[in-house]
Amino acid sequence: MEKDIREDIAWAQINKDVLKSLESPRRIYWVILLIAIAMVGVAVGCEIYQYQTGMGVANKNNSHVWSLYIATFIFWIGMSHSGTLLSAILHLMHADWRKPIYRFAEAMTTFSLMTAGLFVMVHLGRLWQVYYVMPYPNERWAWPNFQSPLVWDMFAIATYLSSSVLFLYVGMIPDLAICRDNIHAGWRKKLYTIMSLGWEGTDRQWRNFRMTYLTIACFLIPLAVSVHSIVASDFAMSNMPGWHVTSFPPYFVAGALYSGCAAIITLFIILRYVFRFEEYMTLPIMRKLVRLTFAIAMVWTYLNLIEFASVWYGHDQTAKDQLIFKATGPYAPYFWAMIFFGSILPLMLAFKRFQTHLPILFVVSILLNVGMWLERWMIISPSFAHGHYPWAWDHDQWPSLIQWGMVFGSFGWFTLLFMVFCKVFPSVSMYEVKEMVYHRSLAQKHKPAVKGDY
Amino acid sequence: MSITNLLENWSDFRHQHPSEDRPHLEYKWAMSIDLDSCTGCNACSVACYAENNLPVVGKEKFAHGHSHHWMRIERYWDNDGREFADQGAQFLPMLCQHCESAPCETVCPVGATNHTADGLNSQVYNRCVGSRYCNANCPYKVRYFNWYDYPTTDNVWPAPMEQQLNPDVTVRGKGVMEKCTFCVQRLTVAKSDARTEGRLVLDGEVQTACQQVCPTGAITFGNLVDPLAKVGKQWMQQQVDLNKDKQAKDAAEDAVKLRGYRILEELRTYPSVMYLEQLRESAI
Repeated sequence: MEKDIREDIAWAQINKDVLKSLESPRRIYWVILLIAIAMVGVAVGCEIYQYQTGMGVANKNNSHVWSLYIATFIFWIGMSHSGTLLSAILHLMHADWRKPIYRFAEAMTTFSLMTAGLFVMVHLGRLWQVYYVMPYPNERWAWPNFQSPLVWDMFAIATYLSSSVLFLYVGMIPDLAICRDNIHAGWRKKLYTIMSLGWEGTDRQWRNFRMTYLTIACFLIPLAVSVHSIVASDFAMSNMPGWHVTSFPPYFVAGALYSGCAAIITLFIILRYVFRFEEYMTLPIMRKLVRLTFAIAMVWTYLNLIEFASVWYGHDQTAKDQLIFKATGPYAPYFWAMIFFGSILPLMLAFKRFQTHLPILFVVSILLNVGMWLERWMIISPSFAHGHYPWAWDHDQWPSLIQWGMVFGSFGWFTLLFMVFCKVFPSVSMYEVKEMVYHRSLAQKHKPAVKGDY
Repeated sequence: MSITNLLENWSDFRHQHPSEDRPHLEYKWAMSIDLDSCTGCNACSVACYAENNLPVVGKEKFAHGHSHHWMRIERYWDNDGREFADQGAQFLPMLCQHCESAPCETVCPVGATNHTADGLNSQVYNRCVGSRYCNANCPYKVRYFNWYDYPTTDNVWPAPMEQQLNPDVTVRGKGVMEKCTFCVQRLTVAKSDARTEGRLVLDGEVQTACQQVCPTGAITFGNLVDPLAKVGKQWMQQQVDLNKDKQAKDAAEDAVKLRGYRILEELRTYPSVMYLEQLRESAI
C-alpha cells in the first residue's frame, strides 16, 4: 500500500517546510491575492449601489423576493461543513490521513461562514436595522420572533462561527508556539507570542490541550449537523411547493458535506502547488479524500432521488407541478446541469486513474461545486416562479448584474481571507504531522510478523 | 426582564390561531367579494392607491414586477380549447386575505407582522428589516416590497402631488414590506368614535376604500362578530365558517345554491375574505 506520508522526514524538516510557507510562496500567490482583491472590489461597488438605491437594482420582484443572495448564502454555509467533518468527525474516528490537511479545511469552514454571513446582510432590505433580529434588552420589550427559522439561523450561524473559530485557534496553539520560537522580530513575533498563550509543551499543557480539543470537537459535530438542518428549515418550514419537503434537513447536510469536500480538493491542489507542500499533501491522501467525496456524492444523489420520489408519489399536486416545472420549464437547463454535475460527473471519481490525476481533479472538483451552487439556485428560484398562486406564474425574472457581481465577489472575498490566513498562519498542522510521522516510523520499526496487521 | 415575563408576554404577543383558541370578542373584521357583481373596472385598485399612499411606480418598474397594488384585479380566461373565451375574462379582486392563521406571521424574524385582537394581519413598518420571508411564505403573494425609496423618487409624487397624500397613512421608505391593511386608519377612527359613545362600531359605519368606490357594490366589509352585520349574514348564508378549512360548498352534492368559498383554504390559512363564485350561463 502507498504511504500517506514518508516516515523518514525529520521533525526539523517539517518545521522548516511549513514555516517556509509563511514567507516565500510561489509568485502565483500574489497574483491570486490581487485577483481576489479586485473581485471583492466588484462586490463592494455593487453593494454600495444597492444600499443607496434600493433592493430593486438586484432585479427581484414581488413574487421573486429571494434569489441569488439566498442561494449563495446556502452554498457558503454548505462549504463550511467539510472543515468540521475532516477535523472533528475524522479526529474522533482516528483517521490519521486527515492530519496534514485538516487545518486548511478548518480555515475554510471559518471563512466560508464569514462569507455566508455577509449574504444575509446583503439580502436585507434594511441592512441598518439588522440588529433587530437579535434578542437584546430594550425598553420597548420588542423581541425577535422566536418562531421564525431566520432567527434560528441567526443563532445557529453565530454559534457555529464562534465555535469553529475557537476550534481552529485552539488546534493551532502548539504550532503558533513553533512559529513564535522560530521568528525573531517584527509584528509576527508579537502576534505569535500573544496568540500562543505561553505554550511551552509541558506534559500538563499537552494533557489539557488534548482534552480541550476533543471537547470542542465533540461539541462541534452536532452543531454542524444542526446548522444546515436549520438552514433547511428556512425552506422546509414554509408552505411553498418545492420547499415544503420533510427530507430537506438531511438533504441539505449531505449537499453541504459534498460541496465542502469538493472545495477541499480544489484548495488541496492549489495549496500543494502554491506553498510547495508536496511532501505533506500527498497523492495517497488525495485518493482517500476523493473516495470520501465520491461516497458523499452518492448519498446526495440518493437523497435527491428520495425527494423527487416522495413528491411524485405524494398527494400534493402543487408540489408535483412544481417538480415538473423545474425539469421542463425555463429552469430546465440549470436543473439538468445540476443533475449532471452533481450526480453523473462524480461517477468519474470511482475510477482509480482519476483519483490522483490532479489537473482533472482540479477541474472536476470545481464543476462539482458549480453543480452544488446550481442545486441551491434550483431550490430557490423555481419555487417562486411556480408557487401556489397563478398570478405569480407569468412573472419571469432574471437576476441583475448587481446580484451576479455580488456572487462573483464573494468568491474573491473567500479567497482573500483564505490566502491571507495561509500566509500568516501555518496551514499544515506541524505537530500533528510529526505525530503521524512518529507513529509511522514506530510501526516501521516494530513491523508485525503477520502481514497487514498495522 | 425575567424569563417568566418573557414567556407570559410571549403568549400575548403571538396570536395566530383560528379564533376557536382565542375568540374575537368585539371585532373580527372580514370581507366578502361577490365575483358575479365585479366588472373588473379597477376602481377599487385606484381608490386603494389614493387612500393608502401607494407609490405609482411607472410603466417600466411595473413591468419588472415592482408594483404596489395592494388591491389588484386578476383576469382569468376560460378558453377551453377555443381561441377566445366565449364570455370574456373572469375578474378576481385580490388583496391580503388577513388569514387567521397567517403563514407570513410565523416566519417574520423580527415579529413585524402580527395578528391584532380585531383579527387583522398587521404590518409594523418601523420594525420590518426587509428579509422578505413573509412574502416568500405568502401563498397569495399579496405582499409588496419597497424596492426603491419612492418618497424621494422624483416621478412618483411630483410636486404638488405630494399634497394629496393621506395624512393618516405612513409613507413607506425603501426596504420595508407592505400590504393591504383593511384600511386600518379608518377602523381606528371608527372604533375610537364608538368608544367615546360607549358602544361598538355599527355595521356600515366604516367602509374600506375599495368598498366605498365599488360601483356595483361587490365588496362587503364589516364585523363578523356583529350579528346584524351584512358580511356576517353573507358568510352565514353561504355556510362559510371562519375556522374550517373546507366549506359546505365543497362538501355537499346539492349545494349548488352555495357560492361562497375562500381561496387556497386547504393550506389552512383561514382567510378573512370570502368570495362568491361567479355565475355563468353554462352553470345555470
